[in-house]
Amino acid sequence: MKTFLTTTAVALALAGAASAEGKLTIYHWFEYIPQELLDKFSAEYDVEVTMDTYDSNEALLAALKAGRLGSYDVAVPGDYMVKILGDEGMLDTFTPEEMPNLGNIEDQWMDVDFDPGRKSSIPYQWGSTSFSVNTEMYDGPRDSLGLIFEPPAELAGKINVLDTSGETLTLASMYAGIPQCTSDRDQLKALNALVQGAKDSWASFGSDVAKDVLVSGDAAAGMIWSGFSAKARSEGAPVEYVFPKEGMIVWMDNVVLLKDAPNRENALKFMNFLLEPENAAAVTNYAQYTAGVKGVGEFLDPEVATSPESNPPADVKGVFVQACPEEVQVMYDAIWTELKK
Amino acid sequence: MAGAAPQGASRSEVYRGNGPRLMLPTWVFIGIFLVLPVGLMAIYSFLTKEFRGGVIWEFTWAAYDQFFLDRGLFGDEPPSIEWTYIGIFWRSIWQAGLATVLCLLIGFPTAWFIATREASARPVWLFLVTIPYWVNLLIRTVSMKFLIRDNGPLNEFLLWTGVISDPLSLINTNFAVQLGLFYSYLPFMVLPIYSAVERYDFALSEAAADLYSDNWTTLRLVILPVVKPGIVAGCILVFVPSLGAFLAPDLLGGAKTFMIGSLIEEQFKGAAGNWPFGAAAAMILLSIVMAVLLLHARAQSKEAS
Repeated sequence: MKTFLTTTAVALALAGAASAEGKLTIYHWFEYIPQELLDKFSAEYDVEVTMDTYDSNEALLAALKAGRLGSYDVAVPGDYMVKILGDEGMLDTFTPEEMPNLGNIEDQWMDVDFDPGRKSSIPYQWGSTSFSVNTEMYDGPRDSLGLIFEPPAELAGKINVLDTSGETLTLASMYAGIPQCTSDRDQLKALNALVQGAKDSWASFGSDVAKDVLVSGDAAAGMIWSGFSAKARSEGAPVEYVFPKEGMIVWMDNVVLLKDAPNRENALKFMNFLLEPENAAAVTNYAQYTAGVKGVGEFLDPEVATSPESNPPADVKGVFVQACPEEVQVMYDAIWTELKK
Repeated sequence: MAGAAPQGASRSEVYRGNGPRLMLPTWVFIGIFLVLPVGLMAIYSFLTKEFRGGVIWEFTWAAYDQFFLDRGLFGDEPPSIEWTYIGIFWRSIWQAGLATVLCLLIGFPTAWFIATREASARPVWLFLVTIPYWVNLLIRTVSMKFLIRDNGPLNEFLLWTGVISDPLSLINTNFAVQLGLFYSYLPFMVLPIYSAVERYDFALSEAAADLYSDNWTTLRLVILPVVKPGIVAGCILVFVPSLGAFLAPDLLGGAKTFMIGSLIEEQFKGAAGNWPFGAAAAMILLSIVMAVLLLHARAQSKEAS
């Protein structure tokens, strides 16, 4: 959704773009990498960097499927999308020798389901998806996803949900205690009834505006990504990120080496560059999520290192969004269409 | 006069037999930018969907079946008419129609006002109408959102003046969407009507008044028939883009319900990834627009004959 924010940012090398050694074309999320870091890479390796942006994993997949594969070197899909891209044959692999900093990846992120042994991807940032409240507008109890899916009357018409079926329906399932990718009819009907019932209390569906609506007060509560909420707080808004007792979504974005990358060498240099603790920390300081790289601690801004959004209580349950098989996915699509018809 | 005729003839001599060649760029342009994409879309709408986007080259009616027939959430109930997508289309058509009526109600007097100014002053007024177009539509729509939000300038002003005691909830309503569409497309209504009114011979109004016609009758029987082509053109120019609009519904309406535009977008960019269905929905939209334009063309040719 929201092509309008899928702007194109062009990052030219600092000096003498024409004399740059080579090129690198990045396909990245919006507002997710500091310009200074791109400039630093450009200067260090004498590479001209170009970046296009997208606003959802699905938009990335759609663009690659529609023929953009072969024009980008690297992209930054989320966990389940790494698996989908891999299954679609859209990823290239690298050897450990080609990625000298591979050992910098934290052990828990080395052997992941979506890319066992890290053959095509490296961690970028990880974080969670839950919801936040504007405490100036709502100061009631807030420990449950019920605030979004069975909201109290005072929140009616003051709730924003993410405009992506995957995250919204997954959080709804967690609230209802329904397993992901279920094909059980009663469970799906219950999920359908839950979101249909909640919709009347929802003011809007929006992903890229998730922070803005909370800061401006258009919404008193809203689904949001952890770092996005941290940004709202650091901008001075009374926005509090909630770790619900039912659990939250955990996700990890990963830099992948795309198949048919026109500048494969520079892509590998860039990925290796991002595995340097100092550079990974620069992304974390900007995006306010968590790097999956060892040794970033000393480079982090203190307020980022200790931010409540990035340091969930130990007992909160986090789950990855699963990629459902086709026959199940069509039912979730139907629920989503039914919800927005 | 006698001298002018041969000159005219010799000029047309130059073009004789060159017609097809001179038309070539137009045909190439239409072929590449109209026939080819629409043809592709038509073909895709009859192909089998590939999971998560893409198509398999096997012919099927599945996309149109999905659009018109309801087989239940699990796809195994006996088919009945599917109202979901018809409802989405109807909502978009209704919304576009309302925006067109609003634009007409405001646009006609505006155009009339401009056309009846001194000839030297008209360009200034026209210039003022087009100024908002120097700014990108997205930015104008976002600005509108800032203006009408609960604690935005509009509400703060009204609270300050004491007209209201609680902020008006304007954002995320149909009213906001209408406001956005109206604001976006008003000039498309004003400009064609203006050019029609400008050609209107005001002696006709005087003649009608001499024959004891009141103002309302003059408007109905004398003015409207003359400026009708401008009104029809304006209505089409507002209705057609409003039909596919999704910026205003998304930003001002809160994206709570699909419009035709966002429904199609979801098929290509959303989790559904159902390209043939998106293509089919686009074809159905195209058919509706074509039907409207054909009806207009037929009405015009009937009038001419």
